[in-house]
Amino acid sequence: MKTLQEVQNDIVEEFSMYDEWLDKYEYLIDLGKNLEPFPDELKTDDRLIKGCQSRVWLDTRAEGENLFFRADSDAIITKGIISLLVGVYSGRTAREIADDDFSFVERLGLRENLSPTRSNGLASMIATIRETAKKHC
Amino acid sequence: MVEVEKIRKEFPELGETVYGKPLVYLDNAATSQRPLSVIRKWTELSTKYNANLHRAVHHIADIATTEYEQTRDAVRAYLNADSREEIIFTSGATAALNLVAYSFGEAFLNPGDDIIVSEAEHHSNIVPWQLLCDRKGARLKVLPVDDSGHLRLDLLPDLLTPRTKLLSVAHISNVLGLINPIKEIVNICHSNNCAVLADGAQGIVHERVDVQDLGCDFYVFSGHKVYAAPGTGVLYGRREWLEQMPPFLSGGEMIGTVRWSGTTFAPLPQKFEAGTQNMAGIPTLRAALQMADEMRNTRTEAALNEVKEFILNALLSNPKIHLFGNPVSSEEKIPLFSFSVEHCHHEDLALILDKMGIAVRSGQMCAEPLMDRFGVTGMVRASFAPYNTLEEAKYFIKSLDRAINMLEG
Ligand SMILES: Cc1ncc(COP(=O)(O)O)c(C=O)c1O
Repeated sequence: MKTLQEVQNDIVEEFSMYDEWLDKYEYLIDLGKNLEPFPDELKTDDRLIKGCQSRVWLDTRAEGENLFFRADSDAIITKGIISLLVGVYSGRTAREIADDDFSFVERLGLRENLSPTRSNGLASMIATIRETAKKHC
Repeated sequence: MVEVEKIRKEFPELGETVYGKPLVYLDNAATSQRPLSVIRKWTELSTKYNANLHRAVHHIADIATTEYEQTRDAVRAYLNADSREEIIFTSGATAALNLVAYSFGEAFLNPGDDIIVSEAEHHSNIVPWQLLCDRKGARLKVLPVDDSGHLRLDLLPDLLTPRTKLLSVAHISNVLGLINPIKEIVNICHSNNCAVLADGAQGIVHERVDVQDLGCDFYVFSGHKVYAAPGTGVLYGRREWLEQMPPFLSGGEMIGTVRWSGTTFAPLPQKFEAGTQNMAGIPTLRAALQMADEMRNTRTEAALNEVKEFILNALLSNPKIHLFGNPVSSEEKIPLFSFSVEHCHHEDLALILDKMGIAVRSGQMCAEPLMDRFGVTGMVRASFAPYNTLEEAKYFIKSLDRAINMLEG
């Protein structure tokens, strides 16, 4: 199994292949569309992540030391971003996630590519994943 | 077209680029851009005549005070108010609405009375009334809109009771862009002894407002949406009301004499202008309203109408797009278009348009009850000003199509 670092490096590399913002968005839109379906009954207020303009739900399941994430959003670009995060962190141990510095998000250049309000949403998503991991440590 | 290009040069922000593309600014309903005349006045007062108002005898204070008070005369003339005492300067529409909600409420609202607002109001024209009604044990009633966004005036007579003290309604909704029939509303309300406040935050920009002709008791607007400096605003109130209303904020400037045994208040308009005012900002209202008139008279109404018709047709002819605020005839609509697109989230659309250099608004637009009414979590809004060109309008429609394709594709 690849390390968390390696998975992150793969994604950064893949994302950097697109020079144009338009292609980056198209990539995120594709990711969003292919995200594993999220059951409606999980779209509860306690799973809502605050601080995003669109609605974002995050569901966490623990199996032993490992955490499994599922997520959804009513906005597709946001969904693509979540898909990136879920892809990286789902299945990792709580310890690994809590110890990660999330700097791969910077390396993706998402902040420059997204408007400030969206960056806030991104910050909220990251904070929620990190807090959840800490609680499970 | 030449005229539009000439006017655009007066607004420096319009020459900016974003992501290497020319900025196409279609968020004018949130705040307008400011012309050089406004910026110059603002700078002049900040760099040459920066002094507090009314208080000192020295030269620069005198000039600052004269500028400020002449602006009051100019605003009075612009609105055709009966007297300068009826023009109160505030920090914006929100401040003016809070002033009326507090002071009118203190003077005239009793437990069991009611206030009416429409379903299409900005939060600034909802929350102050909610707080007032909570404080007074009064009731806030809501005048609905129909599916096309028109006020259900047919329901108004039944909503009005002998206990209805005031109805507060947007002159033009910041979401629907429809010009509300204020005169008709005033007629119905006045025959029921109910006062009317028109929230002119959008109205002042697109209509040539005459408060006596409209007949409303109060009219409020913000300077920053009509080309003036931010932090400026106007409350017009009929003298009979303002005389009877107690002060809102209290402190310096609004007093007659202050003794430990009690304080008397200054006459209108100072009674409602407590504390140091926005002395560099308020005088820009004069230059701003002049600019509004100039654009109205020269350009160019015709050109802006062309933009409006073009966008209206483009949006209405696209079956995927739902326009909120659908006019019976285009004269009752300003060039402000809020819409949703099937299977496309408003935030995604705004985000992609942003990258194409187009600034639009997305979300609830400070009108959550109206979003609920239409069963949406938000909308996209493109709002045009007289300095927007037909080329920009065409680029917007083309870019919107492209964004929709990307999201659907
Ligand atoms: C109809 C309407 N009313 C009130 C306001 C509040 O204006 P301000 O925030 O400038 O006080 C706005 C601004 O968006 C508006 O559009």
